Amino acid sequence: MTQNSFLLLLLPEITLTVVAFLIFILDMISRGDEVRGHRLRWFAFLGVMLTLVATILIWPLAAAGPTPVALDLGLGFGGDAVPMIVLDNLALFFKLFTVLVLAIIILSAGEYISEHTPFRGEFYALMLLAGLSIMLASAATNLVMIYLSIEFLSITSYILTGYLRNDARSTEGAIKYFIYGAAASAVMLYGFSLLYGATGATGLVEIATALSGGSATLRSLIFPALVMVLAGLGFKIALVPFHQWSPDAYEGAPTPVTAFLSVGPKAAGFAVLIRFLIVALPAFQVNWSAVLAGVAILTMSLGNLIALWQTNVKRLLAYSSIAQAGYMLIGLAAVAPLADSWTTGLNGLLLYLFAYLFTNLGAFAVVIAVEDRTGSVNLPDFSGLGRRSPFLAVAMFVFLLSLIGIPPTGGFMGKLFVFGAAVQRQMIVLAVIGVLNSVISVYYYFKIMRPMLFGQADGAEPIRVSTSMGMVVGFSVVMVLAIAIFAEPFIRLATESAQVYAAIF
Amino acid sequence: MTFPFLTLITFIPLVGVVIVALIPKDREREIKWFAVILSLVPLVLAIVMWVLFQNSGGMQFVEEAVWIPTLDVYYRVGVDGISVPLVFLTTMLTTLSLFYSSYTIKNRVKEFFALFLLLEMGMIGVFVALDLVLFYVFWEIGLVPMFLLIGIWGQPKDRPQYSAIKFFLYTLVGSVVMLLAFIGVYLTTGTWNILEIPMIGPLADFPALAVAGFWGIFLAFAIKVPMWPFHTWLPDAHTAAPTAGSVILAGVLLKLGGYGFIRILLPFFPGLFKQFAPFIGIIALISMIYGALVSMAQWDLKRLIAYSSVSHMGYFTLGLVAASATLVTAEPVLDSRAIALDGAVLQMFNHGIITGGLFFLVGVIYERTHTRDLKAFGGLSAKLPVYYGVMLLTGLASLGLPGLAGFISEFMVFRGTFAIMPTYAIIGIIAIVLGAAYILWKIIQYVFLGEFSMEKWSAIFDPEHWHFSVDMARFEVITMVPLIFFMLLVGIYPKPILDTINAASTALLSGLL
Repeated sequence: MTQNSFLLLLLPEITLTVVAFLIFILDMISRGDEVRGHRLRWFAFLGVMLTLVATILIWPLAAAGPTPVALDLGLGFGGDAVPMIVLDNLALFFKLFTVLVLAIIILSAGEYISEHTPFRGEFYALMLLAGLSIMLASAATNLVMIYLSIEFLSITSYILTGYLRNDARSTEGAIKYFIYGAAASAVMLYGFSLLYGATGATGLVEIATALSGGSATLRSLIFPALVMVLAGLGFKIALVPFHQWSPDAYEGAPTPVTAFLSVGPKAAGFAVLIRFLIVALPAFQVNWSAVLAGVAILTMSLGNLIALWQTNVKRLLAYSSIAQAGYMLIGLAAVAPLADSWTTGLNGLLLYLFAYLFTNLGAFAVVIAVEDRTGSVNLPDFSGLGRRSPFLAVAMFVFLLSLIGIPPTGGFMGKLFVFGAAVQRQMIVLAVIGVLNSVISVYYYFKIMRPMLFGQADGAEPIRVSTSMGMVVGFSVVMVLAIAIFAEPFIRLATESAQVYAAIF
Repeated sequence: MTFPFLTLITFIPLVGVVIVALIPKDREREIKWFAVILSLVPLVLAIVMWVLFQNSGGMQFVEEAVWIPTLDVYYRVGVDGISVPLVFLTTMLTTLSLFYSSYTIKNRVKEFFALFLLLEMGMIGVFVALDLVLFYVFWEIGLVPMFLLIGIWGQPKDRPQYSAIKFFLYTLVGSVVMLLAFIGVYLTTGTWNILEIPMIGPLADFPALAVAGFWGIFLAFAIKVPMWPFHTWLPDAHTAAPTAGSVILAGVLLKLGGYGFIRILLPFFPGLFKQFAPFIGIIALISMIYGALVSMAQWDLKRLIAYSSVSHMGYFTLGLVAASATLVTAEPVLDSRAIALDGAVLQMFNHGIITGGLFFLVGVIYERTHTRDLKAFGGLSAKLPVYYGVMLLTGLASLGLPGLAGFISEFMVFRGTFAIMPTYAIIGIIAIVLGAAYILWKIIQYVFLGEFSMEKWSAIFDPEHWHFSVDMARFEVITMVPLIFFMLLVGIYPKPILDTINAASTALLSGLL
């Protein structure tokens, strides 16, 4: 591979980095200038759109076949050149995913950020860098690169969580997030070191090769390593029992950041988990499948049960997103080596994530719109939303239906696929607990619906929706419905992105 | 290219939803009349379709198009003699409900009419879908508008939000388990086609899973029908729902469950159905008798009729069980089975028009007095003679008086059951006696008979909020006319509708493997 095409394949990441740093510089120049500071948002949005173009440009280069394109960064230990990241369908999927997350958040964050903080440019730059780290993490094929990109993502997330410097809750959330995060990443690093010690390799493929011929003692190290790595990634995804940070961080963080945390780091965690388990440890599927099934049950059930008691909408959606990650995990627990079957578990997970992206970010966009007007996000603030802004209320209703999994919404397609995978692997108990959980979840989603649809409008003053917010919410509703009604292209996207890995073992 | 009857009947209401959403919300008159007139289109199409319908076993007016190729999901619709009357019932009750509501609904008019049309689409979709995914999608689409109708337009004193969420949760528990069973069915047969699956035999190699799948699907339909002990959502939902919502709930939504039993559960698992028939039959008997007894104990007119639905849908279940309790296809057994199933399907249709009518009639008195307490009425036959006459006729139809619709279907159910499961038929007869008791004693006697007391009447009648005549107003009479027409028609000359049903049920029963 020549140096030129090498750089070309990194085009999305390069674009994001350049734009992020340009924003830092422009922010410094324009500091104190209200109007120009506000305009940086559009610059950031432009950067995201350029990244989208870059992703589309490289799509045909990488999506040509199932062979991963390894990018040899020459960073190996002992001077050897070791592949660090790949550009395959899965990586492309998460690049597209990241671009969409960033675009939606930047558009919906505008007013909130202008109102709550003087440091506007920084916010967008940090957001873009967090996006960059998701792209890198989802493409990493080496323990070192995985660790670096996950840490990068964590650190940007800590800063973003504590972004409201004068707000004690924001700071509290950030500190909790940071302390948990530091512990979790140390544990994960320890797991990595066990793997490295056992196999002498840091590349995922090399680890798999070493393990396939390894001795029994060597293999006995794998289970503790697996659990430790799962702890680290489980922290990013907020799987039970590594979730305790998330309600506080979600509640304290600026709402656009909460939206990001509920989708971005989860996606990165899942991307790494997919690669790690399927590329490095395919031989241990029996073990990790059972562990994941158990964690999925815990995550769904606990997330849902605690969500029942919440009265703050951000906290409620935090627990809801914990539960949602539990459903997604079913897809990975039930992953099947059947490339020609309709559901391989993995395509279900990706389809679910894709639908969840629009659903959850859309729901948070509505929360932001309400918060911009009412100043708080407790359940009574949604009272009479159906009168005050029918558009927002209808949109929120659709998002909540999608979170429950009622057709015709994207959430339904996601659930159909992950539960389908579980039934296919005859993990009936897992599937039944999954669907019963989605029934339980109705009750707390109903807690949002109740004031919104049945409540009286206090003051009855209509909520104005800004153009960019309207675009975000409208686009999200259209996508949530489209994923179910015009499902074919989305299923294709998810299946093609997952095919490589379903074929490996 | 044949005329796409079913697609039009199903989706014209959706077009209506979009147009209603575009009309400004202060133009209430326009919204109301537009919705009523639009709902006539599917009704007329359903009538034309029934006229063109050939009374033979197979599916007609079939339309097929690929929907999601990678998932083998098709947009596949069609009707046979079992679904045609139900499609007609749905479109007719929707039009009547919209017409009635255009006089009685005062707040949030735009949302009401949009949701009602959306509900119509969901219900019709279930009756015409021939693909499991399509069926499930429509099944759930119907759930959401009804949930909102109960929650938003319910009377505050009836705890509408509690009833709405209870309705939603009960139905959803059933449907998610059903979804898992559907997935299992698909994985073992490789198709979602409702007509092909019985020929392949779902879950044939996994006997334990087949039993689980059977009960999973059973649960969804049993909750919807509803059968004892899954019926407790029904009285709450009915009490809270606005009149038109109750009409559709009793008239059509309960039939979705019954239709599911006939279209999906029975053909998919005839062996298991036969095996569990005695048990399901006992549930049917409990529903019939217990529903009637609880109905007799009510003092709230609407709750009384709600419980009577549990009882009357029990007749349906009994007929279904009798038809499935044996797989013998030789005469005269097949004959008796077909009679039982015909009776069951006709019972669904009759219950739709009769109980739908009863709920309209509850609305009549409730709009005037804002109470449904039986003790508050009495002697109203003197004050409201027309209302008395209509209620008496509908009540008699409900208790199964010969010459009216209810008699035909109940008679057929018992005739069929007696030949196959005589003990069940004998026990079931008790419910008929009880039915006569709660209709005559509770409704007719408490509301209409006895001394009229002006004092009692003026305590409840509220002339300030009622701008029509004291006795049944013209729009209320117009609403009831088609229903009474069908009560009489089916009661006196049931042949046309029975011919339609019979062809399909005979074909269905003789095709069971």
